[in-house]
Order: sequence, then structure tokens, then C-alpha cells
Amino acid sequence: MKKRTLALLMVCVMLAAAFVGCTAADDGTDTPTQTNAGSDSEMINIGGLAPLTGEVALYGINVNNGVKIAVDEINAAGGVLGKQINYIAYDEKGDATEAVNAYNKLVSSDKIVALIGDVTSTPTLAVAQQAVLDNMPMITASGTAADITAVGPNVFRACFIDPYQGELMASFAANRLGAKKAAILYDTSLDYAVGLTDAFVAEAGNLGLEVVANEGYAGGDIDFKTQLTKIAASGAEVLFLPQYYEVVALIAPQAREVGFTGTLLGADGWDSVVEAMDAGNLPSIEGSYFCAQASLTSTDPVLVAFVEKYNTLYGEAPNMFAALGYDAAMIMFDSIERAGSTDSDAIIAAIAATDYAGITGHITYDEFRNPIKAAAIMTIVNGDYEFSEYYSR
Amino acid sequence: MSLFSQIINGLSVGSIYALVALGYSMVYGIVKLINFAHGELIMLGAYVVYVTLMLAGMPLWICVILAVVLTAIAGMLTERLAYRRLLDAGAPRISLLITALGVSMLLQNLAQIIFGSSAKAMPSIIPSDPVNFLGTPISMVTVITILTTIVMMVALTALINKTKIGKAIRAVSEDADAAKLMGIHTGRTVAFTFAVGSALAAIAAVLYIATYRQISPFMGSMLGLKAFVAAVLGGIGSIPGAMAGGFIMGVVESLTKGYISSTMADAVVFGILIIVLLFKPTGIMGKNLSEKV
Repeated sequence: MKKRTLALLMVCVMLAAAFVGCTAADDGTDTPTQTNAGSDSEMINIGGLAPLTGEVALYGINVNNGVKIAVDEINAAGGVLGKQINYIAYDEKGDATEAVNAYNKLVSSDKIVALIGDVTSTPTLAVAQQAVLDNMPMITASGTAADITAVGPNVFRACFIDPYQGELMASFAANRLGAKKAAILYDTSLDYAVGLTDAFVAEAGNLGLEVVANEGYAGGDIDFKTQLTKIAASGAEVLFLPQYYEVVALIAPQAREVGFTGTLLGADGWDSVVEAMDAGNLPSIEGSYFCAQASLTSTDPVLVAFVEKYNTLYGEAPNMFAALGYDAAMIMFDSIERAGSTDSDAIIAAIAATDYAGITGHITYDEFRNPIKAAAIMTIVNGDYEFSEYYSR
Repeated sequence: MSLFSQIINGLSVGSIYALVALGYSMVYGIVKLINFAHGELIMLGAYVVYVTLMLAGMPLWICVILAVVLTAIAGMLTERLAYRRLLDAGAPRISLLITALGVSMLLQNLAQIIFGSSAKAMPSIIPSDPVNFLGTPISMVTVITILTTIVMMVALTALINKTKIGKAIRAVSEDADAAKLMGIHTGRTVAFTFAVGSALAAIAAVLYIATYRQISPFMGSMLGLKAFVAAVLGGIGSIPGAMAGGFIMGVVESLTKGYISSTMADAVVFGILIIVLLFKPTGIMGKNLSEKV
């Protein structure tokens, strides 16, 4: 019995090794930035991990392409520390085990000095737990789970975490909209909503924005008129709805029905809310504001150039993940340059001291290695999305 | 915040519970079956409105009539295809219950396959702008929802008490075998009951669309469950009981959310259900029938 288990285990290990081998071979060929290994001393090896196939491939491909554009740009401008960047990316298929195997290969055979990746939260967390042992400078473009950067002092990210949006919208309500009284209506069974609500309440307290109604509901509820009646009577000028678009589409018309006339605020879960509502109900969200990681419709010339370049190189429009990938790579290159060497500790210290104007907004880091950055504020005008501004606290 | 507007909110939700509870109650009253597929009939009615109104662009009144007729036919079909043989064979209660759950899952998954699992946006079919009523904003939808429910209840009571088919329903529900001996076509009566219950579900679906402007393949399950509780609270098998149960549940939910805690609503509703059942196991208006041996 024991022998058989062992044999099975061996087979698994061998198969896994074989697959990693395959992946490496595949990606070696489609990574245009990788050149012959002979000139190692003239190059800085940077690792990349992204799901290029599988369910979440759309995210991974965008991030990877964004990074590749950054690599091309930096190499064309003379590279980092006078050396060219050699970007080596592996497909981890959205799987945590594959990601860790690929990471180990990047460290042992590709001798990378820093890692840009991973893309989705679960594999990123797994890789981070390995990378902390190697003190490998690492930056994820889009891993939003709060735990990721808590793994160790070497782990950073280019995107903001979910609860940050709560703080940001509270600040936006107080400073931009001049609101004095705010209300919140949130799903008490949804982590996303609870996190955003807590952050909103805390920040509102700091800013003197009074939370006059903080109402909850259970997941799956469809009728919110009772809570909304209370909110309408509370005199709140803004109502924060940290929710995904389908439920927002239920809440907003009911809010107007019970006579709430204030401004609705949301977070990135609002993306697609216009599509989730009938044209006749769109007036209920007219003039609302919500935040997003990035807006690819802003007129920032650097962003416009990036979108154009992406279109020509890859024949399709980038999404926000590509922009985050580009920024993650640029932060890494900028930090290595400032570190003055490829020493891990120096790079990590340099990333922590980042002060970089990215295409997804200006980025600095807090003590938890989460970015303090602007969010794209979107508003709804004539029943359609409109980019309003990049806003940060 | 006025108590009055919270009660109105409660009555608006309660109206829809009540209409759905009526369907549960009627079917239970006549064949002692808890028709767990009832919630899915609401969903079906809602999708009929979606197809006719949004895809085919028919006028609203035709959509409503079609929804009522087609849902009634669907209700009769489920009875004919899924329950009839079990009922005739005198199958144990549990087999019927499991079949009902099966029908419910079948309809829900069918809707997901045909229409996709994401919610569909619906237009405001009744103007929802708040109208001022004694200084309280109340929407037209709420007023129409409550009125429709009351009209339906009056009509249904008249149907049961004043018509020949109503008399047949009462007879079959009291004793199906005796009714058969008296020359009542029990099969047809049961089918008619399913049709009426399903038609009420379709009306509930129309009011649901008017109130929430969004439909999904899962919309019936939670609503069905809540309405079932309302039916039990009011006394399952009793028509005024189902109405009372629905309204009580809606108002209690609303007042709990409004004055105690917005997350305690279900706890309070179920607490009341437990207390009522402890003292009156047949529900508020349920008849205390001694078990026939």
C-alpha cells in the first residue's frame, strides 16, 4: 500500500516536471524579448508569471503583453543600469502549483533578479510564500487579495486592494462632492461589501463626514425599500453602494422610488451597471460616481500611446489588466535603476520608496506595500459611462 | 422616517408573498402537496413577459394575458406530467415532495440554459415616480401592487365560495374519494386548482417585474420559500390565511429592518413562525381538523 502511494507520488512529480518543461519550451519561443543566454552578464533577467492559457487567460495575456510593451520601451531607451532587460515569462495556467513550479525554474535556471507576477490572487499568494524565502523582489500587477503583500517585505502590487476603494470614495464624497452626511447600504454576507464599508466608515470618521445611516441586508435580498426609506429620511447627501452591478441595478431604482435624491457612489463592482439596467431606469443612476483601477478612455497622452501601441502589436484593444501590467513592469525597472544594483535588498528598498506616475495613476507605497494611488473616477452621464478624473486622497 | 411609509413598504412586499402563498395554499389544500416548483412558475411567468415584451415587442396588456395563460398551462402540465400518476397511485407524501423539488430544479436549469444565468433588465412597466400621499412619497407601483393583490383575493374568495367549480374544489379538498362518489370529476378539479394557483403566480411575476425591474432564473426560489413560510404562518390550505400570512410577513420584515436591525428580519419572521406554530400548529387561520383514522 505504502509502496504504491510512493510510486503514484513519483509519477505525479515526474509528470509535473515534464509539464513544467513543456511550458518553459513553449514560452521561450513566444517571448520575443528573450535572447540567447550567452550574453547573461550584459542583461538583467526579470521573471514573469501569468496565466496565458485557461479560464483566466484573458487577464494573463493582457498583463503579459503590457509588461512586454514596457520591456521593449525600456530596452529601446537604453535599458536599466546600462543593461538590457531579458524578460522570461512562463504560463502558469491559472494554477497555484504550476505557478510555484514555474517560479522555482525562473529562480534556479533563469537566474532572475526580480519577478513581475503573478496575475490572479490564489497563485500569486502561493508564489509569494515561496518568494519570501528567496527574498525575491516581486510585484503583482493585479492580485487584489489583501493577504498577498502581507506575506513578506519583498511582495508589492500595482493595483489597489478592495477596501482601499471604500476610503477613496469617502474621501471623494467629502472633498469633491462636499458631502456632510453619508449613508451606506451593503450586503452583510459579502466580504467585498463588508471590507469596503468598514474602510468607508473609518475614513469618513477621519474627514468629518457623518455616516447618518449604515444599513445592511442579507445576500439574495431583492427588496431594499425599508432600508432606503430610512436612508432617504436620514438626510444623507450621498449613498455608498459597495456592490456588484446586478444588485446595484435593483437598488438604484428603489432608492429613487422611496424619494432618495442624493448622489449614489460605488466601487469597481459597478462596472457593467449600465448594461444591467433597462434604458427607462437609467435616470436612477444618472450622476452617480464609482471608482475603477484604471480608465482606458482617459486622454492622458502616455495612456493613449500605450493603447495605440497595444492595438498595433496585438491586434486588439487592451483592458485594464494590460495597463496594470505595464505599470508593474515600469515600477520594477524604475526601482532597479534607483537601487543602482540588482541586489535584492536594494531593489526591495527602492520599490518601497517608489514615487512613480503610471498610466493607471500616480503610485507610492504604504507600509503594507499596497499602493497609495489614484483611482479612476467614473461617472454616469446620459446613461453612459464617462471618465471623470484620477482621484487620490 | 415614518411608520406609515414602512408599513406601506411592508404591504408592497407582503402583497407579492401573499399572491404566491395563495398558490401554495390552494394546491396544498386540495392534494396535500407542497408544490416546491411553485416559485419556478413565477420565474416562468416573468420570462414569458420578458420574451413577449422585450423580444417580441408586444403591448403590455397582451404580455400580461399571455403570461397568465401560459403559466396556468405550465402549472397544469406539471400536475399532469409529474404529479398525476403519483397522486393516482397513492404514492407516499415524500415521493411527491421530492418530485416537486425535481420539477423545480428542472425548470430553473432549463431557464438557465435558454436565457443564461445572468439577470435580465426589465423596463418600468408601471410608472415608479413617487407620488405624494399625506406627505409620504409612495410609488405608483406600490399602490397598484397592493390593490391588485386585494382584488385577486376578493375574486378568489368569490370563486371558491360562490361558483360551482369552487364548490367542487372545496369538496375535493375535504374528501377526494367522497367527492368522486358524488360525481365530481376530481382530476379536472385538481387541474383547475393548479391552473388558478399558477395564474396567480404569473400575476405575482408581473408585479415583481414592475417592482424590481430585473428577472433571473433564480428569482423564484427565495420568493417561493418566503411565500411558503407565509402560507404556513397563515395556515396552509386556508385562502385568507395565505393572504394574512403574506401581509404579516411583509410588514414584520419591514418593521424589523426599519426599527430593530436590517439583518434581523429573517430571524424575527421565523421566530414569529415558531411561536405561532407552538400555540397553533395549523397556523393563524388553519382549521383544526382531527386526523381521520
